Amino acid sequence: MKKILILGSGALKIGEAGEFDYSGSQALKALKEESVEAVLINPNIATIQTSKSLANKIYFLPVTPYFVTKVIEKEKPDGIFLSFGGQTALNCGLALDKKDIFKKYGVKVLGTPIRSIEVTEDRELFAKALSKIAVKVPKGGFAKTVKEAEEIAENLGFPLLVRSGFSLGGLGSGVVSNKEDLVKMVSITLKHVPQITVEEYLKHWKEIEYEVVRDNNGNKITVCNMENLDPMGVHTGESIVVAPSQTLNNYQYHFLRRLSLQVIEHLGILGECNIQFALNPRNNDYRVIEVNARLSRSSALASKATGYPLAYIAAKIALGYNLPNLKNRITLSTSAFFEPALDYIVVKIPRWDLQKFVGAYEAIGSEMKSVGEVMAIGRSFPEALQKAIRMLEIGQDGLSNGVDSSTLLPTSQRLFSIAKEFSKGEGVEKIYQETGIDPWFLHQIKEMAEFEDSLQPSAFSPLRQSFSEASNQTIAKAKKLGFSDRVIAKAFNTTEEQVRKFRKKHGIIPKVKHIDTLAAEFPAKTNYLYLTYHGEESEANIKSLKSPKLLKDQAIVLGSGPYSIGSSVEFDWCCVTAAQTLRQRGLETIIINCNPETVSTDYDLADKLYFEELTFERVSDIYDIEKGSLVLGFGGQVPNNLALKCYKAGYKIIGTSPISIDRAEDRHKFSKILDKLNIEQPAWMSLKSLGDALEFARKIGYPVLIRPSYVLSGSAMNVAYSSSELKKYLKQAADILSEHPVVISKFVEGAKEIEIDGVGVNGNLLIYAISEHVENAGVHSGDATLVLPPQKLYLETVRQIKEATKKILRELKICGPFNIQFIAKDNEIKVIELNLRASRSFPFVSKVTGYNLVEMATKVMLGEDIQGDFKTIDLDYVAVKAPQFSFNRIKGADPRLRVEMSSTGEVACFGDDLEEGYLKALLATGFKMPKKSVFLGLGGEKNKLDFLESAKLLFGLGFKIYATEHTHQFLKQHRISSIRVYKISEKKHPSVLDLLKAGHIDLAINISVGGSSKGETDGFVIRRHCIDLGIPLITNLQAAELLVSSLSSKKIADLQIKSWDEYVIP
Amino acid sequence: MQGRLALSDGTVFLGQSFGSEVTTSGEVVFNTGMVGYPESLTDPSYFGQILSLTYPLQGNYGVPKRQFWESKKIQVKGLIVQNYIENPSHFESKKTLGEWLKQEKIPALQGIDTRALTAKLREHGVMLGRIELESSSKNKELSIYDPNSENMLPYVSCDKVEVYGDGRKNIVLIDCGVKENIVRSLVKRGVKVTKVPWDFNPITSGIEFDGVFISNGPGDPKQAKETVGNVRKILKKNIPIFGICLGSQILSLAAGGNTYKLKYGHRGQNQPVLDQTRKIAIQTAQNHGFAVDMKSLGRDWSEWFINLNDGTNEGIKHQTKPFMAVQFHPEANPGPFDGGYLFDEFIKCLK
Repeated sequence: MKKILILGSGALKIGEAGEFDYSGSQALKALKEESVEAVLINPNIATIQTSKSLANKIYFLPVTPYFVTKVIEKEKPDGIFLSFGGQTALNCGLALDKKDIFKKYGVKVLGTPIRSIEVTEDRELFAKALSKIAVKVPKGGFAKTVKEAEEIAENLGFPLLVRSGFSLGGLGSGVVSNKEDLVKMVSITLKHVPQITVEEYLKHWKEIEYEVVRDNNGNKITVCNMENLDPMGVHTGESIVVAPSQTLNNYQYHFLRRLSLQVIEHLGILGECNIQFALNPRNNDYRVIEVNARLSRSSALASKATGYPLAYIAAKIALGYNLPNLKNRITLSTSAFFEPALDYIVVKIPRWDLQKFVGAYEAIGSEMKSVGEVMAIGRSFPEALQKAIRMLEIGQDGLSNGVDSSTLLPTSQRLFSIAKEFSKGEGVEKIYQETGIDPWFLHQIKEMAEFEDSLQPSAFSPLRQSFSEASNQTIAKAKKLGFSDRVIAKAFNTTEEQVRKFRKKHGIIPKVKHIDTLAAEFPAKTNYLYLTYHGEESEANIKSLKSPKLLKDQAIVLGSGPYSIGSSVEFDWCCVTAAQTLRQRGLETIIINCNPETVSTDYDLADKLYFEELTFERVSDIYDIEKGSLVLGFGGQVPNNLALKCYKAGYKIIGTSPISIDRAEDRHKFSKILDKLNIEQPAWMSLKSLGDALEFARKIGYPVLIRPSYVLSGSAMNVAYSSSELKKYLKQAADILSEHPVVISKFVEGAKEIEIDGVGVNGNLLIYAISEHVENAGVHSGDATLVLPPQKLYLETVRQIKEATKKILRELKICGPFNIQFIAKDNEIKVIELNLRASRSFPFVSKVTGYNLVEMATKVMLGEDIQGDFKTIDLDYVAVKAPQFSFNRIKGADPRLRVEMSSTGEVACFGDDLEEGYLKALLATGFKMPKKSVFLGLGGEKNKLDFLESAKLLFGLGFKIYATEHTHQFLKQHRISSIRVYKISEKKHPSVLDLLKAGHIDLAINISVGGSSKGETDGFVIRRHCIDLGIPLITNLQAAELLVSSLSSKKIADLQIKSWDEYVIP
Repeated sequence: MQGRLALSDGTVFLGQSFGSEVTTSGEVVFNTGMVGYPESLTDPSYFGQILSLTYPLQGNYGVPKRQFWESKKIQVKGLIVQNYIENPSHFESKKTLGEWLKQEKIPALQGIDTRALTAKLREHGVMLGRIELESSSKNKELSIYDPNSENMLPYVSCDKVEVYGDGRKNIVLIDCGVKENIVRSLVKRGVKVTKVPWDFNPITSGIEFDGVFISNGPGDPKQAKETVGNVRKILKKNIPIFGICLGSQILSLAAGGNTYKLKYGHRGQNQPVLDQTRKIAIQTAQNHGFAVDMKSLGRDWSEWFINLNDGTNEGIKHQTKPFMAVQFHPEANPGPFDGGYLFDEFIKCLK
């Protein structure tokens, strides 16, 4: 094997997220060690795997059979890796195999053979295969039609579980308890997949997973087992998960382990796979739920939970190695053929962002909705659980402030509702009956809730005492149970600072423990660390880990925490790049992060890794141990928010001063700076009452942008087009208005949005890159399509932007990364936001311009002198960054683009011109090229007129155009023939819905008028159906225009197959 | 109640009692298995030892009924854990771990930094230690019991011959502190098992048998002189023999080989061994501080298994005769079942 092609997973989406950057990066690392030439296809420009150092050649192209075939034709690889890029890569591989592409070009599929993958992906084949070795799978059957599903249901009775094969994250799965729901779900799901299963619903059975590795000789191990706190029915990606299993005894643990080995032997897995079981809590009955014959989210979690690098080992096995010949990467002396022994407990909690979606259903279940996750390590369940809660960055300080809820059905808030129930005196048995969560967990949650209640200020509480009298034991116990200083401070009516002081005085400080894969049985030089209050001493060799030549300085890089909407793999790329740069400069580099889906939490990336919270308390604990300098500028908003606090605590921070960061973050201070510098900004005001808000809005004129300063679920950013809308939005936040003012600013319609990313050196501009948004202002910058270099900006605008940027840099003495967002209209610019940190677009602009802005920023922050003239505007190519949405996962959500971000990931592709880059990027997000017919729904006169030229083009291209009444009339006036269809509200047929359902529409362009509520119900139903039926949908006018011009200028065959280095010469 | 674990090197760990409130002493050892405390606590190989479990949460699934134990009582002298779970959850649980320890008068401490303790034991080799409780501070006895100072087999072996199963083939099982799952594993495969005391000589006993099994057990194999002597006699008769753990060491000594104490003992359920004849690696449960010195055995013995972590011997096999032994525990309980095929191999050897 000289050259190997590896498929990435593309953009982050719900069900397929950062974990595949981790697995792909590890696979590339393994290839590099073997000096095998690696060719990577992955359009996700924000990943670490698409950095220069890992693969020999990178194609920012869609991971689809067409493009992969083209790359194979061009590169002629000897082998291909399909199991490191999630379901996207696997599905693509299966499709290529069906077309005999691998055979045709002599490409060997490495790792698990295609035949085995097919068996694991097709539930029918899977059930057959397992029955051959007498291993049980859920009872049920397979249906290709609704009628078949109904027949199975008749035999089994309700409730039933509907599942689809060939899915990522259980899409189109769910529990149905009657025939009506069954029919509804099955008909939707069968649109996406050819076949579904209808099976027994194993209510309240435990869900257990094993991560299994098998080598070319048939040697097998289970690296980790995991237990879902939420029983069957809640997708493992939606479930709180612990590792190792807690409620299984020796027999069950090893019985399921043996079954795992038996099953993967029978299936012929080569490398890594995940196997899921249901286990009856009342006896030892079990079912095998599924096998994932690839690296998965669970395997990423297992890798981080154990320290066993599953993806790396899987890659080595695919290259022909066997486990007994490989070494344990942590001990470097013992064998890789071993099963890690944990001496700690790991708790994973998913992170949801359902409040970011309009109309999203709250319930969670057998489909994935979470956008990220955190992993906490502790030596008791309460300790790890509360750590994990804080890691989520959702404003929860722990179990406390429980949510009062009448229902204990699974939702993103269930954990807190349970705590509240216990605090109200409910018993374990009752909660168990309702939730099916094993009493083992419930008893401990109860203990925590009760302990916290005993801390609450109450005259009757025996533990109640003034803080100064508070016994060591009470505080020590609170810390062992995972309570934060903040919660303790609140209970004793004091400050976090005082609690910290008290603790330190009494020696109540967390101890450093190592993750060494073998529970200290053998000595291991590991740098993988966590903190715990269940320990008497920190590991002795902690300081001696430093190699002597690195003894000079230490830098602590704070990671970005859980992936969420708005903070994702791009910040991991920034942190990893910064850490690598710091290390190259000879600093001892320490990373703190808590997200198991990241590359930054690979323990070999930094000199030390603390898998820990990014709270002020924990960062302080680590700072006390390590000292050194904090690096806060690369992990996004989470570390940025700590800047001022850390500065006030006297910690050393490199880069732009936190005082400046505060001046940029504080709206009032920043506004004054802009006024002083004579830089325009949209009129704004911070207001505390509805009356004042209405008055101010009237003065500046609608539409206005509303930004609550305190983000409650549901009260996110919004644009109000009228006083009634403003009232409506503010009412949602009415209770908090007096305490947390709302910011109202002028919303400029029809303005272009422009971002500048760059690096400052002591107030001077070192390098910058200007990207322009395709969509006009009003679409969140994270949801916008970015173009670099800008194609439609006036030179004058660019000059003004540079000028304003330089002024701001000078004023705030910026030294490090920054990002400024502007709006421009009629050659006038206004600043809308400044971030004194690396932004979401840093990896994009770095990889497109060929200048690594993070590397440069890091060097500058260390005081290095960099000079040069950096060409970032006049480029010979165009790169387009496009958002990836996961609306299909979020049932009920309106997919219309708004000021609040809702995309879950991004891709970026190169082209010789804007159209080529855009088409490639769009295809990389799963867009299907329309072939015959387009539906047009253009709201309002302006949208119709603006789109007219595009409509002509579409018509000229020979598309059949469907339109509703007004659009149809308008087109007719302009001699564009279209077929009139009825709106849903007209209750006549054929309606838009009929056509969508019948599959007559390849593309829907639905542009609604800002603020229009009339007819929006119709618009929503159309948009939602497009999502549910998998029909490409465009909701933004500028994006629609660009799409049409791209379609008219390019055919798919015109899209060039060029690697990154054929565009960008670094 | 507060308690302490005092090690012979003077180190003291403070904790809280959750077992019987009595003082005890013994050799302090650890095990890294994440499940299986009922099996470990009743494993006679731990006789005379204070067991520290490295997994920090113990007691999770309570205590099952007697038939799931490895012997009829708790064999350890004391138990050390980081966190004791007092509300277990399992359908097979009959009582909590704390209740069981109290019933059997075994002291136990929680709140001990078991990771720090493990690192200490690892570096010093096993150490002697005492569990002391607040209430017992008055009757302080300063001596510490050292299980290596004597032959412990009389304490853990049966005192009379017992027969299990009714297969055609009869296996004499020399009970050096046998785990019951060894008996179960043999009987399940259709053989009769005649369990005899550790110093029983089957050749002169008049019992008819087809093979001999030497069990696991506690302590230094060199203390088991009578057993070694008896096995030497069996070897001369060319009767198939299989040894497990201590049984492997006894077989080696009987064959003229030597044993030695390991710097780092093997104590867990994740020990990788390579079957040199099949060229396949398996995961095994292990609990031993002594090992067979392969070099000391004659050329007619081959190294059957080796440990993939440190290369130490994990099994021996005679080149021509049906003599074999493994250092690990193919019977599992606790631990993986991967080595179960070895019972089949042995039974195949029976004439």
